[in-house]
Amino acid sequence: MAEGKHKKVAYYPGCALEGTGHAYNRSTKAVGKKLGLDLVELENWNCCGAMEVKNVDPKIQTYLSARNLSIAEDMGFDTVMAPCNGCYHNLKKAEYDLEHDGKSVEVNARLSSKAGHTTYEAGKVETIHALDWIKDSVGEEGITERVKNSLKGLKVANYYGCMYTRPRHIFPEKDKGPGSESTSKPHFMDDLLAAAGAENVEYPLKTACCGGAHSLSDSDTSTKLVLNLLETAEACGADVIATECPTCHTGLEMHQVRAEKVLGRKTNVKVLYFTQLLGMAMGLSPNEVGVNENFSDSRDLIKEKGLA
Amino acid sequence: MDQTEAPFADILAFSDGLFTRDDAALADFGEAEALALLDSGEAILEAWLEAHDQVPTDKKVEGFRLLALHKQAARGNPSFNACRETCRELVYHYNLIVLEPSDVDRGQRIRLAAMVLKHLALFVGGKLEESGLGDFCCSSRPIRQTELLDPHQNV
Repeated sequence: MAEGKHKKVAYYPGCALEGTGHAYNRSTKAVGKKLGLDLVELENWNCCGAMEVKNVDPKIQTYLSARNLSIAEDMGFDTVMAPCNGCYHNLKKAEYDLEHDGKSVEVNARLSSKAGHTTYEAGKVETIHALDWIKDSVGEEGITERVKNSLKGLKVANYYGCMYTRPRHIFPEKDKGPGSESTSKPHFMDDLLAAAGAENVEYPLKTACCGGAHSLSDSDTSTKLVLNLLETAEACGADVIATECPTCHTGLEMHQVRAEKVLGRKTNVKVLYFTQLLGMAMGLSPNEVGVNENFSDSRDLIKEKGLA
Repeated sequence: MDQTEAPFADILAFSDGLFTRDDAALADFGEAEALALLDSGEAILEAWLEAHDQVPTDKKVEGFRLLALHKQAARGNPSFNACRETCRELVYHYNLIVLEPSDVDRGQRIRLAAMVLKHLALFVGGKLEESGLGDFCCSSRPIRQTELLDPHQNV
């Protein structure tokens, strides 16, 4: 992939990054600033529909996301960056639906007209994830050049969750051979953290379900799934699980505590956003990347590894 | 949260038993035992298919029935793709265990295969338990799909 792309993009934080995932918002912005990248937040953006609204009608995700894409277009952008897997997934789904489904195009046009905003047409705006954004704009070499506190000695299990790569058909840019992201063995986060000095462990559950959507309907299932993710990471020798999705991240943190309380199973692996790790590697303080906002207390590990 | 009452309790006990064994205790772990990992994976998917009134296929995909069963289970049910790579990881670890018997990390391979199997059991077991409530998976179909006539017509 050509480096230097995406120096200035529209930014769609989504609802989670204003709440439970605020540390991800803070660290994404801080890393962007450190890298000399420009994020311009979408004006008056709306919820992407997340995971719940599809229980009314899955197309609502498409229409809600189409409005966000139209805002990016109106602001003069051809790229919108979404760090949350759920938002990223829904924006990509909207792009796909509006390119392939005539009924969606028709309903979106009617809704947009009623709401009084530009009707989004497929192909006008490309959605990227925060991983694409950093990988394409500065790349691994750009990260290595900027490292002040190497992540050397830090063993990381990279956890991508299930929505970053699924369903495959809405991610036409993936699986295009060398340089592109893989839907079966994603590696962009591994690449970026390795460039910052981290030692990535082989983690066999990097796209496995975290039980995020079960959290309210069946917390016990979520706790068991998360405990298995945590114990497997520890079995792989990881000090840290790096995340790139606020739902996964929050689930890992909360169910780590619940697993200890309810099942009596304590795990010590820490949970940090990949942007927090990159930020600290580039010399940002733990507070500047929101480590103090995390539920998972990694301060001792950060000190031990010389990142603070 | 008594795991013995959970779906696939025997498989969970099997995977937990493997995971807690050290390298010495896994020295005798042979092809038959490795096959038991795959068989367990197949049993999980068979249970899912049978619970949905389907006859589990005997076909193979890429040489493995487990992958064919996954493909069958995911047909028309996109949320089931959330365990696609889990199935493929199980096959991958099976291959490593069987094809590289002298691997110095063999014990670790077996333990990780056990954890992958466990994740499959927990994921599918969780979905089976919730089937009466509707599908809450991140990429699932709507709960009230059967009630939806044409959601577009009244817009």
